[in-house]
Amino acid sequence: MTTKLFGEPVRRREDARLVAGNGRYLDDLGAGALAVAFVRSPHAHARITGIDVDDAIDVEGLVAIYTWEDLPEGVREPLPLLIPHPALTHGRTAYCLAKDVVRHVGEPIVMVVATDRYIAEDVCERIEVSYEFLKPVVGLENAVEGPNLVHDDVPGNIGAHLVQEVAHRDGRATRDVIAAAPHTLEFRLDIERSACMPMEGKGVYARWDADDRSLRVYSSTQTSTSVRMAIAAKLGLPLPKVEVIAPDVGGGFGVKIVHPWPEEILVPWAARLLDREVKWTEDRREHFVSSAHERAQVQHVRVGFDDEGRVLGLDVEILHDHGAYTPYGIIVPIITSTQLLGPYKIGSYRVEFFSVYTNTVQVTPYRGAGRPQGVFCMERTMDKIAQYLGKDRTDVRAVNFIQPDEFPYDQQMIFQDGRPLIYDSGDYPESLRKLKELIGWDDFPRLQEEAAQQGRKLGIGVGCYVEGTGVGPYEGGHVQVTSDGRVHVSTGLTSQGQGHETVFAQIAATELGVPIEKVSVVTGDTRRFGYAVGTFASRAAVMSGNAIALACRKVKEKALQIAADALEADPADLEITDGMVHVVGAPSASIPLATVAVLSNPLRYAFDEEAKRATQFATGGSMEKPPVAEGQEPGLEGKDYYSPVRSTFASGMHAAIVETDPDTAEIKILRYAVVHDCGKMINPMLVEGQIHGGVAQGVGGALYEKMAYDEYGQLLNASFMDFLMPYVTEIPKIETDHLETPSPLNPLGIKGAGEAGVIPVSAVVAGAVEDAEKIVIDRMPISPSDLYALRDSSRTSGAVSLLRNTQ
Amino acid sequence: MHDVTLIVNGVPRHARVPARRLLSDFLRHDLGLTGTHVGCEHGVCGACTVLLDGQPVRACLTFAVSVAGHEVTTVEGLADGERLSPVQRAFAECHGLQCGFCTPGFLTTVTAFLRENPAPADDEAIEAVAGNLCRCTGYQNIVKSVHRAAELMAEEGP
Amino acid sequence: MKPPSFVYHAPATVAEAVEALTAAGADGKVLAGGQSLIPLMNMRLAAPGRLVDINHVAGLGEITAEAGGVRVGALARHAEVEASETAFAAQPLVRRALRLVAHPAVRNRGTTVGSIVHADPAAEMPAVLALLGGSVRVRGADGERDIPAAEFFTGPMESSLRTGELALSVFFPAAEGGTAIVEVARRHGDYAMAGVAALVAPGHARVACLSVGPVPVVVDVTEAGGDWARAARLVQEQIEPEADIHATADYRRHLTGVLAARALKEAADA
Repeated sequence: MTTKLFGEPVRRREDARLVAGNGRYLDDLGAGALAVAFVRSPHAHARITGIDVDDAIDVEGLVAIYTWEDLPEGVREPLPLLIPHPALTHGRTAYCLAKDVVRHVGEPIVMVVATDRYIAEDVCERIEVSYEFLKPVVGLENAVEGPNLVHDDVPGNIGAHLVQEVAHRDGRATRDVIAAAPHTLEFRLDIERSACMPMEGKGVYARWDADDRSLRVYSSTQTSTSVRMAIAAKLGLPLPKVEVIAPDVGGGFGVKIVHPWPEEILVPWAARLLDREVKWTEDRREHFVSSAHERAQVQHVRVGFDDEGRVLGLDVEILHDHGAYTPYGIIVPIITSTQLLGPYKIGSYRVEFFSVYTNTVQVTPYRGAGRPQGVFCMERTMDKIAQYLGKDRTDVRAVNFIQPDEFPYDQQMIFQDGRPLIYDSGDYPESLRKLKELIGWDDFPRLQEEAAQQGRKLGIGVGCYVEGTGVGPYEGGHVQVTSDGRVHVSTGLTSQGQGHETVFAQIAATELGVPIEKVSVVTGDTRRFGYAVGTFASRAAVMSGNAIALACRKVKEKALQIAADALEADPADLEITDGMVHVVGAPSASIPLATVAVLSNPLRYAFDEEAKRATQFATGGSMEKPPVAEGQEPGLEGKDYYSPVRSTFASGMHAAIVETDPDTAEIKILRYAVVHDCGKMINPMLVEGQIHGGVAQGVGGALYEKMAYDEYGQLLNASFMDFLMPYVTEIPKIETDHLETPSPLNPLGIKGAGEAGVIPVSAVVAGAVEDAEKIVIDRMPISPSDLYALRDSSRTSGAVSLLRNTQ
Repeated sequence: MHDVTLIVNGVPRHARVPARRLLSDFLRHDLGLTGTHVGCEHGVCGACTVLLDGQPVRACLTFAVSVAGHEVTTVEGLADGERLSPVQRAFAECHGLQCGFCTPGFLTTVTAFLRENPAPADDEAIEAVAGNLCRCTGYQNIVKSVHRAAELMAEEGP
Repeated sequence: MKPPSFVYHAPATVAEAVEALTAAGADGKVLAGGQSLIPLMNMRLAAPGRLVDINHVAGLGEITAEAGGVRVGALARHAEVEASETAFAAQPLVRRALRLVAHPAVRNRGTTVGSIVHADPAAEMPAVLALLGGSVRVRGADGERDIPAAEFFTGPMESSLRTGELALSVFFPAAEGGTAIVEVARRHGDYAMAGVAALVAPGHARVACLSVGPVPVVVDVTEAGGDWARAARLVQEQIEPEADIHATADYRRHLTGVLAARALKEAADA
């Protein structure tokens, strides 16, 4: 049996329990716990004038009702602003329970604890909250232009304003470059809201141990270590007395990286106060109105370019809808601004964003985290340049590409991790070549013409992106080999379906030379590993993968040293194969790793036959040296951390062929092709799975999903009936091809893959629909009704018909 | 309160519950069979799909009291003892699941489907899972899993 | 999202069911498949004080051929009606329409009569009943009556079913001529943005449109004389679509015209 598992499509170790119904998700725990429900604001903007619980207190099964007034110090302050930034001059966060003003429909006001959720909801219905209505602010431009304020002390509703500029190499400002360019275009782009929408909502379950004065909390989170620190701080508990565990988590996609959610503080607080187990399981309607959304931006673009389509200057102004609060800072618009540049050398670049408050659900990262908007901007720009110059869209992209010999390539900006935006490696021309071959780009005009002769409308689109992955600051790994030969791996970050148990086991098995069956992996459990950042930004494989590899290398070094003593060999002559340490080329001179583990821990007491070998009268060795050598520790285990100097940049290119119905304006994706480069792949099957899922979410964002707020700030489609998450029938078959350009930045040469699939889809589909319809598509998502309206207005005004080369 | 007995995975199971107890909650919280998941509680996502007298239904749109005496199969009842069913194995083999939360609904749905249509064409396999939402996989490997399960069942016989 | 409490009745006979419903008055609601009612209850948009569960009433699940059509009992699940050769032989449109109703798991539990009584103007089966000129048989304390489809649907989610009455069955006529149903939904299985069921017989043609009015809109297009483009324009003049988050009123009108022409052509060729 081979132990070189890195790079193989190893089947997932998670699946045996998950397909048997033996997964343990948040609501599967705590069978006897009290249940929590919340009275949430039905209004987008109002002052609370009274809370009347008289009708509610007689409900049988009610345990407690809490409002902001009931909360102690620590719990009653605003929630933390997680990522401060100098440009976020007016950061605002919510309270665990609304204090006086509610700023979006769904904001929690009253917490109800009862014997079950049915009763908790009965109680909520009987609580009367009275309000004084305030004017709601809905829509980005209304927020900026209108007189109404979301927060009284935030003028113009502008929470943050940031200008970043990379001047031309001759020193000229971007706007001067554009003014002097041979050709210029100016246009506006709109992207609507969507949301992560994991199949499992959030949830928190807390147990207080009054005897031990300790708290155990389970949360459906993407960061158990940070939730732990937040709970300890807010509740005034010593950190060692708080344990937080992420059990099986039913998807995250970003929304569960935000922390602490109000419920992550309130539920443990109530559990301690009541000395009862307490659990809150978010329902779907709560998830729509009280978690987080993303994507909405308005972009104003000016671009100057030469006859070849080379971009000389790009000037982008972004209005970013942040919703009512900014707990996650301005990470999303920063990523939009910086990742907008994609695989291109842009002559000069100026980007300015305003992060704007509205009376809607707060905006925090959703898979892609601002990149889909940036890529939509850049790729629409490329298409418009091509259209204007009468050139092939891929030729215009190619002329702007960073070339393979130009890495590392410094985009001269500061990325979301506060580090320079320097691309480590990539091969964009080769990616494009592969993509064109995969989709049949050069042959498409013939197909399109043939279809046209049958009255069918086909179009093709293309989109390229670069994704900064594996952001720091660090992750760690702990690896322990026990005397039964088993390898126990733990890392602090969490899993939401990515297959970490499998890929980390592959890495450990490969590094240590043990069968993968001997390896077990634990993630997201602060009892096992206390230091971590979390699972987001396509970072888990890069960060924890490398940390675990480094920890394994430490363990291996120690194992070889101990084995060398036992075998009277030079450690340099030893290797581990299939769990046996042996002299290279001489398999008979060997010792099982299990025995090495026994020997690594000098014993006084024998607890089994194997342990006898390590007891004080059994081991030989020098009587002049201590049993545990200086600088060594007992046990065959090791811990290490991986902390990168900066992010590593994955890339990819997508193309799609769509068909639009000339009569009904229905839009169907006929083919979807992906070329993806995330460096060396640990498990290509799982990488493909990530791409499939990402593209599906991208298709949702391009053709189906939006958050439909009315002028009063009511979310009109807060259900799966009307928020149109795609079924299998809406998702095309996805064809994939890969490049593996290793990252020079980390020991394993890997880059992140989690978000990639979703990033360019709106840009690709917009380009394809535009090609099919010969109508400009500048607003996504696009529905049949939208397309019908565009057709109608292009017939009547011509204003939106495609730009012509006016030279 | 009502005494409700269902035959769950072949075993009579009883609990005393209010009339409004949803079958999904009855299975999960009253009987402790947490493999059936709840994703939307308005019948759209399909995560809670169980087999009622062999046919897939939404457990979140069914009152337990209303189906008293009937047979219910949940994801926990698909395996033959320790041996996973062909559908379960196919999903694992084809990477037909990621977070696994929606998976029980797909497994029950596909199990019933393949019983009636053991050799589906591609469009039939797609139609079979068209009422279940998955946010992770993009469905491609789920459809592949349906075909693979059909193959496994054909190889292994009844 | 948990339903509110209610008093539960599980009658064994139609008489007991009618008695329970009569006693419950406006507070009473029939539970058959529950596929429309229970979501509303889970969202607490409906809170009937008394539920009369007819799932244990014998004899309501029958699908019976009658002179000139097929009668479908109140407990016949969509899936059973869809699979029924009796129903198909009498009126093939019923099966074709049922295949557009939600998804199989919902059709396994939901009932065709329940869908019609729910009277959602976006649903397929009310439109089919309206197109065919079928009827709903109901029983109340005063006895049975048959309500013609044209009188049954009175508004969105509103019918002429009186308080205390139980819908026993619906009758789909085996209308002479060809039929068809086409629709465009945002996602497969969703309520359609627009849809048209058509019936074309020698010397007669009509359509029933869904999602473009408070009730299924039946338009007689006989005067178009087989010019389906003209028929589509006639239909467009008769409907009053409204905008929602999925489609503008203009688009719905346009789409209904396109689908009317398609459905009529298909029905004529059938």
